[in-house]
Amino acid sequence: MMVTIEVNGRQLTVKQNLSVLQACLENDIYIPNLCFMEDMPHPPASCRLCFVEVAGMQRPVTSCTVKVAPAMVVKTDTPAVRRLQRSGLRFLLSVHHVDCQNCPANKNCELQRLARFLKIGLKPKHLENHLQDIAIVENHAYLTYYPNRCVLCAKCIHACRMSHGHSLISFVGRGFNTSLSFAGICDFEQTACNTCRSCADICPVGALVLKTACER
Amino acid sequence: MKPENKDQIYQQFEAIRRQAEERRDAARRDPSPTILIGTATCGIASGALDTKLAFEQAILEQGLDARVRTVGCIGHCYAEPVVIIDYPQSGFPPIFYHEVTAGKARMLVKHFLEGGDPLFEHVYGAMVENDMIPSVMEFSRFNQEKRVVMEKCGHIDPEDIYDYIAHGGYAALAKALTLDPETIIDEIKTCGLRGRGGAGFPTGRKWELAADSPEGDKIIVCNADEGDPGAYMDRTILESNPHQVLEGMAICALAVGAHKAIVYVRSEYPLAVKIVSGAIAQAKTLGLLGSGILNSAFNLEIEVFQGSGAFVCGEETGLIQSIEGFRGMPRSRPPYPAQEGLYGQPTVINNVKTLASVPPIIANGAAWYRTIGTENSPGTAVFSVVGDVVHAGLVEIPMGVTLRTLIFDICGGIANQKKFKAVQIGGPSGGCLPETFLDTPIDFDSLTTAGAMMGSGGMVVMDEDSCMVDVARYFLDFTQKESCGKCTFCRIGTRHLLDILQRITTGEGRTGDLEQLEQLSEDIKDGSLCGLGKTAPNPVLTSLKYFRDEYEAHINEKRCPGMMCRPLMTYYIDLDKCARGCDACVGCCPTEAVFTTSTRKKGIDQDLCVKCGECMVACPPQYDAVRKVSPPGLAPVIERPVKNPDASKKASDNS
Repeated sequence: MMVTIEVNGRQLTVKQNLSVLQACLENDIYIPNLCFMEDMPHPPASCRLCFVEVAGMQRPVTSCTVKVAPAMVVKTDTPAVRRLQRSGLRFLLSVHHVDCQNCPANKNCELQRLARFLKIGLKPKHLENHLQDIAIVENHAYLTYYPNRCVLCAKCIHACRMSHGHSLISFVGRGFNTSLSFAGICDFEQTACNTCRSCADICPVGALVLKTACER
Repeated sequence: MKPENKDQIYQQFEAIRRQAEERRDAARRDPSPTILIGTATCGIASGALDTKLAFEQAILEQGLDARVRTVGCIGHCYAEPVVIIDYPQSGFPPIFYHEVTAGKARMLVKHFLEGGDPLFEHVYGAMVENDMIPSVMEFSRFNQEKRVVMEKCGHIDPEDIYDYIAHGGYAALAKALTLDPETIIDEIKTCGLRGRGGAGFPTGRKWELAADSPEGDKIIVCNADEGDPGAYMDRTILESNPHQVLEGMAICALAVGAHKAIVYVRSEYPLAVKIVSGAIAQAKTLGLLGSGILNSAFNLEIEVFQGSGAFVCGEETGLIQSIEGFRGMPRSRPPYPAQEGLYGQPTVINNVKTLASVPPIIANGAAWYRTIGTENSPGTAVFSVVGDVVHAGLVEIPMGVTLRTLIFDICGGIANQKKFKAVQIGGPSGGCLPETFLDTPIDFDSLTTAGAMMGSGGMVVMDEDSCMVDVARYFLDFTQKESCGKCTFCRIGTRHLLDILQRITTGEGRTGDLEQLEQLSEDIKDGSLCGLGKTAPNPVLTSLKYFRDEYEAHINEKRCPGMMCRPLMTYYIDLDKCARGCDACVGCCPTEAVFTTSTRKKGIDQDLCVKCGECMVACPPQYDAVRKVSPPGLAPVIERPVKNPDASKKASDNS
C-alpha cells in the first residue's frame, strides 16, 4: 500500500508503514538526525533533532516516531522546527570537545555536517562548554572511547547487538554523566571485538576508535 | 455470569467474612486493654519500635494482661510515635496519644493500664465522641479531611488480612466478580476517577483502552516507584493498608481481562516490600488471589518487583524497560502501554492511590464518589505536606479545598510564627506558588493553570526564610541527577540550567542570565522525550514568574532575600543585644570563629566563619543577638582584639 503525503509543498508517494523521516530521506529531503537507524524496530528518538511540523499537531514532532498517513502535510523547515534543531545541536556541541584537527572523524563527522546544514558555529555562543571528567576510556582491549566526543546516539549499542546477538556496550551513569561502558566483558579474547568493527564504523563522531597495534 | 455462580461467590466470601468478624468480636469481648502503635517507616524513624518494646517490657514487669498491636501510619507524622490505647474497662473511650517515647510508654502502663488514670496532660484526644475527653474530631486536622484511600490506614494491622476484611475489605472484589467487565469499566468511567500519579489521565479510559486491545497476556502494574523529594504517600499506603491496593488491582485485572499483575515498588522501601509480599501470600491462602478467586473462573497472580531506585522509572515506559531487565529509559509514546506495554502486551499502569480508590468506588457506587471533590476532579487527593508547617504529615482532602485551608487550617499554618512564602506542589515536575495563589482550589486543572501541577502528592511549604532561587537549584540538581541521559534536551539542557542557577546562588549571576534561563527552559519543555524532561524546567519557570525580584536581587545586588545562599550572606553579632560573659556561641562554633571583644561581648571572625548558623541556634532567646544579613558587606566590622599587646605595639612601631 502506498500513501501520498505532502512535504514542503511536494507530493511524495511512499510505502505505508514508513516513518516521516524515512519517507523524506528516501526522497532526498534531508532532515537532521543522529540516532535513527533503519533496521531498528522502535526508533530511540533520543537525539531530538529530526523535528518536523505536521499539520494538525500543535508542536513540532520527531519525524522518526510519526508514521506516514494519507494526506499528511509536513513542513521540515519552519522557524519552530529550526529553533528546536538548533538548540538541540547547540546542546550537543556544548558538551563536545571541539578539537577537529586531532579527531579521526574530522571532515567525516555528523556534527560538522549538521552544524553546516543548520548554519551554526561549532563553538556555540552563550553556552558554556561542559566536559566530563574522564576524557579517555582505555579499558577495552581493541577500542578507545572518548566520552567528550560521544553524542550518546546509541547506534553502536544497536550495531553491536546486531553482530553479537546481544550488546557488549551499555549506558552507565545518570544525567550529564551518562556515558558508554564495556562493563561485563571479562575476557576480550572470548568476544569478537578483535575482528568486528561494527561499533567503530557506525559511530558518527569518532567517539569509538580502534586501537592501533602498538596502542594495544 | 450464571446466577448460581454468583451465589457461590457470595457464599464463599460470606464464609471468609464471618471468620474475620468472629475473630474481631472475640478480640472485642476480651476486656484486656489493646495498645495500637503506628509502626510504618515514619513511626519507626521516630522511635516507635522503642516505644513498642517499652510497652511490652512494662506490661510484662507489671504482670498485666494487655495486647500490643502494630498498625500502619495514621498520617499524623508530626505527632509520631502515635499510640492509641483502647481500654474499655477503664470507662474511657479509645485515646490517641502523640509523641509517645519509651518513658511515656512506661508511664502510661503504670498510670493508665494499672491505675486507671489516662494522664490527661498527655492525651491528644479521644477517637470517638464522648463526655469526658475532647474528641480528635474537634481538631481541623481530623474533621476537614475526607478519607477514602487512607480510611483504614492506622486503624488496621497491615499484616493481618482478617483485620482488613472485618473492616469491610474485599467486599468490593466479591461484588465486582458478579459484574460484567464492561459494567466495572463503566462505573470507573462515570465516577470520573483520574490517575493519581500526576498527569490525571482518566482511569476508566485507560482501562477501556487495555480492555479493547486484542487478546493477549494483559498485565496490570501498580506503580509505587515514588521518588519525589518530600513525597511518601505511596509508601505509607502500602505499609498501612496493602490489601486495599491489591483489591483494586484485582478489580482492575477483572475489568480488563488480565491474569498477571506486578507491584513495582522501590527497593528503598524494604518494609513496604515485606508487607505487600506478606499480604499477597495471605490473600492467596484465603483464595482472594491466585487461581479460581472466590470459586469463580477468574485467576490472578500478583508479584512484587523491586525497582533499583531511579526516579525516571516512575515514568510508565521507563518502568516497563526496568521490569524487562533493561536500563530504565523511557521510549516515545504512542504506542501507549495500554496497547503495547510490558513484553509487548497491553499493560495498565496505575498509581497506588488510583488503585486504592477503586474498591470504595465499586463498593459505594460512582454516584457516591462524584459527591466528593469537584466536577472535573472528583474524589480525594492525598498529599504529604512537609516543610515549614506545624502539622506535617499525610493529609487526604476532597478535591476543591483551597491551598489556604490545607496549609493554614488543616496543617496548622507556618511553624515558628514565620510568614508564608511559597508552596511547591508536584515535586521536581511541579512549580512554586506564591501567597497570591493560596485561594486556588486543589484540583488537576486549577493547579495546572496556576503553573504547578497535581503531581503525585508531594507538597513542600516554605516560610519567609527560604530562597526561591536555591529551591529551583535544588530541584534542578535532583532532575539532572535523575535524568536517564537518553535525550539531548534533558541530559544537557538541565545541566546548563543547573549551571546558571548555581552561578546565581553563588553571587556570580550575570545580566542576561534570566532571559537565557527562560529560553533554555522553553527549549527543554518542547524538545524532551518524556514527561520528566518536559516538566523539568517547571520549578525554574514558576519561580521566575512569581519571584523574579529574588533572582534580580541575586544578580544585581548580590543579595539573597531569603538569606539562604551562603556566599551572599553572613552572620554577625549585635553588640547591643549580646550579653557579657555568655559563651553559648563560642562553645558551638565548629571553626572557632567566635571571639570575645574587649568589652567581653562576642564577635565573629568572617575569615574563619563557615556560615553554618550554629551560633544563631545556640544564642539564648532572651538575647537573640546573632543576626543574618545579605549582602555580606552590610555586617558591621568587629575587630578581634589583639591577644598580645606587646606584639601589636611592635607592629605599630615598625610601621
